Amino acid sequence: MSSQEIDTLSSALARLPGLGPRSARRAVLWLVKRRETALVQLLEALDSVREKLVECPSCGNVDTQTPCSICADPRRESRQLCVVEDVADLWALDRARLFAGRYHVLGGHLSALEGIRPEDLSIASLIDRVAAGGIDEVVLAMNATLEGQTTAHYIAERLEGYPIRITQLAHGLPVGGELDYLDEGTLAQALRARRPVG
Amino acid sequence: MALDRITLTTFRNHAETWLEGASRFNLLIGENGAGKTNVLEALSLFAPGRGLRRAALPDMAGTQGSGAFAVSALLAFPDNSDPVRLGTAMDPARAGRRIVQVNAAQASAVTLAEWLAISWLTPAMDRLFMESAGERRRYMDRLAVALWPSHVRHASRYQAALRERNRLLTLDAEPEDRWLDAVEAQLAEAGANLVQGRARLVDRLRERLEALPDQPFARPALSHVPGGPLHAEALAEALARNRGRDRAAGRTLIGPHRDELDVSMAGKAIPAALCSTGEQKAMLIAITLAHAELAAGDRPSLLLLDEVAAHLDPLRRAALFDRLRERGAQVWLTGTELAPFADITGEAAVWRVKSGAIERI
Repeated sequence: MSSQEIDTLSSALARLPGLGPRSARRAVLWLVKRRETALVQLLEALDSVREKLVECPSCGNVDTQTPCSICADPRRESRQLCVVEDVADLWALDRARLFAGRYHVLGGHLSALEGIRPEDLSIASLIDRVAAGGIDEVVLAMNATLEGQTTAHYIAERLEGYPIRITQLAHGLPVGGELDYLDEGTLAQALRARRPVG
Repeated sequence: MALDRITLTTFRNHAETWLEGASRFNLLIGENGAGKTNVLEALSLFAPGRGLRRAALPDMAGTQGSGAFAVSALLAFPDNSDPVRLGTAMDPARAGRRIVQVNAAQASAVTLAEWLAISWLTPAMDRLFMESAGERRRYMDRLAVALWPSHVRHASRYQAALRERNRLLTLDAEPEDRWLDAVEAQLAEAGANLVQGRARLVDRLRERLEALPDQPFARPALSHVPGGPLHAEALAEALARNRGRDRAAGRTLIGPHRDELDVSMAGKAIPAALCSTGEQKAMLIAITLAHAELAAGDRPSLLLLDEVAAHLDPLRRAALFDRLRERGAQVWLTGTELAPFADITGEAAVWRVKSGAIERI
């Protein structure tokens, strides 16, 4: 059947998020057919990622420069800091340039069951950044999951006492949502988070 | 009225079963294992969820067919507006996935609930009052979810938060208080929603049950005994206060996971668990009917009552049939013999079920 080399590559690709053995075999075959073109490009891209990509020592973002392009950008509002669980969340927020400030990536969420403790997340460096001053607002942009909200609550307590405003992403009515179709939990949340108009 | 022209195709032991001429009361009579409950199970699939056996879809597919099944029925309305054809089937290409069709158009299972409400009582529930409190909590939650779908989310979030807190309490290195604060805040919020949903459910049921006479049908008196404070703030405070005790116990000792549903027989004030089998059955039926009315609202409704006549004496059977007559629901009853249903056979559609085949009599 297939060679040892192909098996090794398939099994490595199969472990990528969302792929699995069947898709991995398909990807390998596709690459083998384009050994001189696509495979070469992929190899070069992988190599340059391995060589150049680094984790930003300040915010935890992944970039080719240190500090990362967001931290280094002078047009960014340095007084606002948005805390997210993962780099993917940072990219989601930044893709549309929704947030003009800087970020802080925790590298996960608290979970006693998964054995993820506060010291396993970059919370100490967040406190250091806040303690260093120059920050007015910390936006907690955790997921609305149990672990995300637990983490947000924990960080809010850790940041108590610093002269900053701590805010959190709103939960409730989705944009374009019709009240008639919402469950009461979401409605109650939206009602609790209501705000003055104008 | 309600459902008619029902077809079951390779559904459990029914290869091809066709029921036509359904009435207000419908009796399925047959020996044990003939396939009576299978018909009820098929009908229960016209509601969202996993049906009255909570079985996996591949288990419902007949052995002789292609490994898939289909069930369909025509839903008629009292105002003679156009009937709606409901269908549900297992996707043979993707076992475990249910297909739902409303008037031949693909729909989600949830939309079925917009058309009709289905409630059921099976012998599997007979021991409810004898079981552990956990069974009754699950029972309350199931009834609450039928009224307020978001209840299921509060229940699962509470369970997840509870596992987190219990894990934190049993760590070798005592975790910092702030971590416990954060978990308890989530636990208290979900817990308050959960316990308030159960309290509201029991209140609504009690309102309905209190309007009923004590005789001849045993009337249940329900009360919800919360296992902790009802409000999030008070629950969070109580959890924080109890950390030492809970750590010693290795688990959380207060909260909605300690709720109890107390049921006793009204009039005699005897705990349900000490009542006779027949009295327990009568009380279960009363709760099922009260809940069915609450859940139905103004939708057409279906009541699936599996083997309910067995434990009741003639007087109480007559009282049950009277009560069913007062209601608008279409009723499907099963039994091994026709005799116990003598009071209603005149107004019922009767089918004899034998080895997965059905014959109208």
